[in-house]
Amino acid sequence: MSLLKVTNLTKSFGGVSAIRDLSFTIEPGTIHSIIGPNGAGKTTLFNLITGVYTPSSGSVRFADREIGGVEPHKLAALGMNRTFQNLQIFHNMSAVENVMVGAHLHLQKGLLHSLLRLPSLARSEVETRKHCWELMDFVGLSQYRDAEASAMSYGALKRLEIARALAAKPKLLLLDEPAAGLNDTETREVDEVIKRIAAQGITVVLVEHDMKMVMGISDHILVLDYGAKLAEGTPAEIRSNPDVIAAYLGNVG
Amino acid sequence: MSAFLQRHRGLLILAACIALLPLGVRNDYHYDVLINAGLNAIVVVGLNLLIGYAGQISLGHAAFFGLGAYASAILTTTYGWHSLTAMGAGMAGVGVLAYVVARPILRLKGHYLAMATLGIGVIISIVLNTEAQITGGPDGMSAEPFSVFGFAFQTEKSWYWLVGGCLLASVWLATNLINSPIGRALRALHGAEVGARVVGIDTTHYKVLIFVISAMFASFAGSLFAHHTPTVTPSILGFIKSVEFVVMAVFGGMASVMGSVVGAFIMTLLPNVLASIEDFEPIILGAIMMGTMIFMPKGLVPTIAKKLRRKEAP
Amino acid sequence: MLESSIQFILAGLTSGAIYALVGLGFTIIYNASHVINFAQGEFIVIGGMSTVALMAAGLPLPVAIMLATLVTMAVGMALAKFAIQPARDADVVALIIITIGASIFLRGIVQLVFGKDIHSLPHFSGETPLNLMGATLMPQSLWVMGVAAALILVMAWFFNATLAGKAMLATAYNALAARLMGVDTKWVLLSAFALSALLGAVGGIVVTPITFVSYESGIMLGLKGFSAAVLGGLGNGVGAVAGGLILGIVESMSAGYISSAYKDAIAFVIILVVLVARPNGLFGKKGIDRV
Repeated sequence: MSLLKVTNLTKSFGGVSAIRDLSFTIEPGTIHSIIGPNGAGKTTLFNLITGVYTPSSGSVRFADREIGGVEPHKLAALGMNRTFQNLQIFHNMSAVENVMVGAHLHLQKGLLHSLLRLPSLARSEVETRKHCWELMDFVGLSQYRDAEASAMSYGALKRLEIARALAAKPKLLLLDEPAAGLNDTETREVDEVIKRIAAQGITVVLVEHDMKMVMGISDHILVLDYGAKLAEGTPAEIRSNPDVIAAYLGNVG
Repeated sequence: MSAFLQRHRGLLILAACIALLPLGVRNDYHYDVLINAGLNAIVVVGLNLLIGYAGQISLGHAAFFGLGAYASAILTTTYGWHSLTAMGAGMAGVGVLAYVVARPILRLKGHYLAMATLGIGVIISIVLNTEAQITGGPDGMSAEPFSVFGFAFQTEKSWYWLVGGCLLASVWLATNLINSPIGRALRALHGAEVGARVVGIDTTHYKVLIFVISAMFASFAGSLFAHHTPTVTPSILGFIKSVEFVVMAVFGGMASVMGSVVGAFIMTLLPNVLASIEDFEPIILGAIMMGTMIFMPKGLVPTIAKKLRRKEAP
Repeated sequence: MLESSIQFILAGLTSGAIYALVGLGFTIIYNASHVINFAQGEFIVIGGMSTVALMAAGLPLPVAIMLATLVTMAVGMALAKFAIQPARDADVVALIIITIGASIFLRGIVQLVFGKDIHSLPHFSGETPLNLMGATLMPQSLWVMGVAAALILVMAWFFNATLAGKAMLATAYNALAARLMGVDTKWVLLSAFALSALLGAVGGIVVTPITFVSYESGIMLGLKGFSAAVLGGLGNGVGAVAGGLILGIVESMSAGYISSAYKDAIAFVIILVVLVARPNGLFGKKGIDRV
């Protein structure tokens, strides 16, 4: 059974369709990439899947539940999480606290416990912090264990968002351009991190411009153009697809 | 234990200050000013949870302070309730009211939220001003003395220790809350609301929760105020008073519990210090408000703390 | 019944015209800087008080009005230059505190210079009430409505038909782009404060014969103007004017038919209902969170 099933999805903004009649499925335990030229609707698609936007029509099913228009925080509880192209970092908090916010769903949140800091809450806080430090190690942020988020570089913040999303223990993780703005070394590190995430059984969907990265790690690729599906298949199939070649190279010649 | 010390360093400094301040107190008037400063500080500690940590403005918090005060005054005199029961009933009532209004208005953002909270404050203030049979109208009314387990607080000195203790408790509760999953959720929705939502935080729920909690802090302080002051009048819950509370929070430092306390003390003491040059009081007060925000927009305590940290670091 | 309704509507339009001017003042500054200027009500007081003082010094009314307006505009520009410009990058809440501080500061100065007494001005065209379908109307009310309408039309012309006005609107839309196109955004801020001081001062002067003026009268008028601007949808000039008129009429109707003690409360209840139904005001546009 597919983990995510998108059927005839359409989203328009004031008469302009950003996503047009799009259908595809995502199987569990794989790495999927969504590619396409700028303005192809990739980020809009992400926002539709994660509940930030409400679809104009069509259906999005996650783990066999209709989720079109469901609020983001409920989707997170169902096991979906994401990162952002333009970052949604809590700059008013420390790095590890950012990750701890990701663990929110799994923590004890009683008001009385919190106000009085009862021993059970104090213990769980210590454990959570330790766990979140480990997640920071996992994405390669060991040197930022005690840093404030506001003092971190763009590349580090991108990985901090991944750690935060992992803290929520998602089944499906959507990464919006995880390598954008990173140098080659950082890109390779993120590449490694994504592979290790997938190895843990988490399904990964990424929007990415770095073709080398996409071709290297994806099991499956979806190509969008003007909000509609242009092609779909394995990296090898996409590489030899004439429509894709035309879309990417056609304008040049 | 050391973690406790680290988290509550401010609390210990505050406790020391409260213990030592009476050494400099010459008369009951001094105590009176300090008591009012402490009561304001309790309100502002709660208000700062909403403004500084959760990033939601309220220009109507004096109304909750006033409702608490009137609940205590009315229930202890007209209905002969015990002062603690009256205080509890006031807090519960204010909590319910805050919950009811918070759900619709906290969907609003920025200046629209400021307008809505301001409106609620003005409405409550007009109602209490007008329903004179119940509230005494513009003349106000007084409450029975405050008593706990048979001990009635009559002297200024006993009030000083009572308010000091309550302030310490408020600071402790607020600090605990900020460093809990709830506190992180509040700071997260301030920092990046969409980011908070996608990791599973029901931001509306937390905005409402903190609005209710901060309103109950205000109601609590208002109840104490009612028992301490000779008469409760509608002037304590007007727009100006609401603004004063916000100014205390911002002046002392947003997202800083100790900043709230420092802001409340300075802004309460200042008019008393300036009273000798009465004519210039508003001019100086206004100039201080503008100057602080222009030259240290983060507020007093965070700015000073940052300077100190920079000095410590090599 | 009909007569009293007309009476209330006329009274509502008179105060609504002033709210509209103050609301428009909020809007102009908001558009130029995203600042809500809580000192807006002080412009009214400074305008009214200075006219009173200048007339007491022996100047004829028209001269006193002109000088008082210039004084208020100078105060507005000083406020922009010394309090708002240095804090341009501050948080919204910090800016709110600055303008509230400014209003307390200005109120203090007014109190120091003019005292705490309530002052008035002579009615511009006498005090013989006019009769309008059974309702009475003071000639001064006509002055208030007429001057407000004229100012609103001038503002509409300024923002839609002059280069300076368009430059100010462009800055409101996108400050960076406007700067790149050669608009001096510092000038825009100063002009915005000067213009809204002008609106406040003139509004304050024409209404003083009816409502009188004291150092404190700016607080409530400022709040009402803010309410008008928010009711219409912040940043929308037409909305602010409509919001002001609606507010004035609602108030006067509630005072007449329900309870004068509760007129302000009813006005605020209506504002709350509108905001809950339309979180961006009556004429505001819905914003989308960009991520």
